[in-house]
Amino acid sequence: MEEISILIGGRAGEGINIAGTVITRILSACGLRAYMYYDYPSLIKGGHNFSVIRAAEEEVRCHREKVDFLLAMDQETVRRHAGRLREGGEVIRDAGVVKGDGIGVDLDTIVTEERAPPITRNSAIIGAFCKACGIPWTTVEEVFARAVPKEQEANLRVARRGYDVSREVLRLPATGRKPLPTITGNDAVALGLLDAGMEGYVAYPMTPSSSILHTLAGLADRFGISVVHPENEIAVMLTALGAAYAGRRVAVGTSGGGFCLMTEGFSLAGMAEIPVLVVLAQRPGPSTGVPTYSAQGDLLFALSAGQGEFPRIVAAPGTPEEAWYWAGALMDLAWHFQTPAILLTDKNLGEGIFSFGETEKRPALESSLWDGTGEYGRYGAGTGGVSPIAFPGIAGAMVKVNSYAHDEAGITTEDGAIVARMAEKLQEKGTTAARVLEGYPCVTTAGDPGAETALLCWGSTAGVCTEVAESLGLRVVRPVVLSPFPEAQVKAALAGAGRIVAVEENVTGQLARLVSAHGIKADVVVGKYDGRPFALEELERRLQGVTA
Amino acid sequence: MTWITRAKNTWCPGCGNFAIEHALKDVLTDLAEEGRRAEDFVLVSGIGCHAKIADYLAVNSFYAIHGRTLPVAAGIKLANPGLTVIACAGDGDAYAEGLDHLVFAAKRNQDITVIIHDNRVYGLTTGQYTPTSYEGFRGRSTPGGIRERPINPVALMLASGATFVARTYTRKRDHLREVLTAAVLHRGFSFVDVLQVCATYNNLTEYYDDRVYLLEGHDTADLTGAMGKAREWDYSTDAPIALGIFYEEEAPANPWTAMGGIGKDERERTIRTILKEKT
Repeated sequence: MEEISILIGGRAGEGINIAGTVITRILSACGLRAYMYYDYPSLIKGGHNFSVIRAAEEEVRCHREKVDFLLAMDQETVRRHAGRLREGGEVIRDAGVVKGDGIGVDLDTIVTEERAPPITRNSAIIGAFCKACGIPWTTVEEVFARAVPKEQEANLRVARRGYDVSREVLRLPATGRKPLPTITGNDAVALGLLDAGMEGYVAYPMTPSSSILHTLAGLADRFGISVVHPENEIAVMLTALGAAYAGRRVAVGTSGGGFCLMTEGFSLAGMAEIPVLVVLAQRPGPSTGVPTYSAQGDLLFALSAGQGEFPRIVAAPGTPEEAWYWAGALMDLAWHFQTPAILLTDKNLGEGIFSFGETEKRPALESSLWDGTGEYGRYGAGTGGVSPIAFPGIAGAMVKVNSYAHDEAGITTEDGAIVARMAEKLQEKGTTAARVLEGYPCVTTAGDPGAETALLCWGSTAGVCTEVAESLGLRVVRPVVLSPFPEAQVKAALAGAGRIVAVEENVTGQLARLVSAHGIKADVVVGKYDGRPFALEELERRLQGVTA
Repeated sequence: MTWITRAKNTWCPGCGNFAIEHALKDVLTDLAEEGRRAEDFVLVSGIGCHAKIADYLAVNSFYAIHGRTLPVAAGIKLANPGLTVIACAGDGDAYAEGLDHLVFAAKRNQDITVIIHDNRVYGLTTGQYTPTSYEGFRGRSTPGGIRERPINPVALMLASGATFVARTYTRKRDHLREVLTAAVLHRGFSFVDVLQVCATYNNLTEYYDDRVYLLEGHDTADLTGAMGKAREWDYSTDAPIALGIFYEEEAPANPWTAMGGIGKDERERTIRTILKEKT
């Protein structure tokens, strides 16, 4: 596979994320499939930020340790990352502040001479990089026109100066393929929610879920939806439940700490049978943890959050296309089964940028609306434990929802027989949901399906596991739905595997623990818990140690 | 329409909740006679003795959890601004566990009405002090008497920007009904602190009967004057207790864009356009 990797680094506030985004888009505009990982500390200015971009003829979903270009806005970038430059790779540096070899571009001089604002400095580096890859200037201009709305003229002048002082180092593979859009996983979630008819989004800012809130707030007018940010996550959840009770499809978004506050309302949703979708974007914990990095440490929390027993549907997409699909599918499922659902993502998926391909079409799944006949009881008899739903304002319906155990009409009860019957009704919904989910892509597989060794993984390690499995001749089994657990499908996908290696971005092997409850034993857990995603070479090394 | 469900009433004899239930029933009856649809009333309650009103009144209801009536009410109103949303909350409910929501609801001035069943004791959990219990109150969790002063909810709501702030008393039935009617009709956030006895744990009947008086000649548009009246009695030390509307102001009442969406085709077109913009 012909491919290219780039690392661009500098201080927080220098526009490293934007520069990386523009490079990703330029590579995508050249017909390549691109991916960007963005690494930044939890501060606003200073500190070290860097983006790693990888692009190839075929889909890429992870990064490599080695890079072809090191784009250094400061000396720190060279100091930290020079070792990642592959043999024959090139440094492109700000000649004013970074010592060393490679292509030097004097950013301050260019910006001063062009009378451009300092924030445009990174455009000169981008221009120099584009020339080094033999990218035609017209492509650079086109992408800047779409990607850089602010100070566009100044940015282009500065980029052109960088382009002109640079030299061609290599030629990108000419794929002739149609460029794909590049979006973050969080963009995919936001658009997937909108595609599924979301009418309101309620959230309190928390990295790495905040960009969903920002994106949707920016799109609210175009879609006629409401996007609100109330006083805290407790209010977020309860406001969402109030809105869902009144008939609106709503989602909320947060990370682990915020979800802790939401669990009270999450249980209420279970008892009162109110649909709500929680986007839970994981970062390392416990507590505040490492706010701008990634982890897969909240799986067991998501599966068991809340008091008491009630069905919940939990899915962990591994790619932006899956994030889009499951954001919509969980919305449909939450509404059909009138129960809470969790879309479990993480920082690497949510804030990573990806070339975005085709999404699958979701099965049709309507809400079970009350037909308007007879006396309405919110918890009345329905099919498979699902009561017909009605909303306040509908003629002839008195809609009573209740956090207490209740009878069919929604009136509080402590009658043992009714309490037991309603508990069984909730469980019946869970069973029905499991059956309906059989029609969904709950488990994905990759690599060699007959391989003796199977990688068992979930969420955003999908990409790196798939590539490693292809190079090492392994199979990959990845449950996307984690509750109700698709036991039969996972067992079928693992059939004949002599050795199961769980690959997870946590310490304890949470998926391995989950599957053990279903009679599947992972032989070893390969865990990563430093907040950074596995690089391709890194996972290969780790697996060579345990699969031999 | 009866307005009352078949649910068995379990409030103690002499409980102030009966008065609030019947006043609210009368308010709903009047509003329905004036043309509001019964289906458009929504009652939200928290947890505690007050909250049982959701079981007893035959209207749409969301029997929520402790302290969370107001965010639920906010969500309902956001989803469907055509509904008349009334939140009943206890003093523990609204002033302890749910205080942030109360302050923000006032700040936001969304068109909802909150009625606080303020009996100044936790009844259902068998007699502990609440944020409005008087200094020295001996409860089951504070047998030596509390050494902290109560919150003054009327002053708090005035300070938080509530556009309708009132206090009434369950033994002034006509007043209770008049104030609740005005609160529901007010466009914006309406707050009513209802002094209510707990017949079992905190029977202040005599105390209130001796001290309450109706606000007369009070300018409800004067915030400073309202604050002065609100501070006359601090919920602890002896003083005359004013009942009535302390403050009322017309102000924009829809802080959030209502929920909704565009049609499926337009939605899909817009999404395609956005993806194109990201190429």
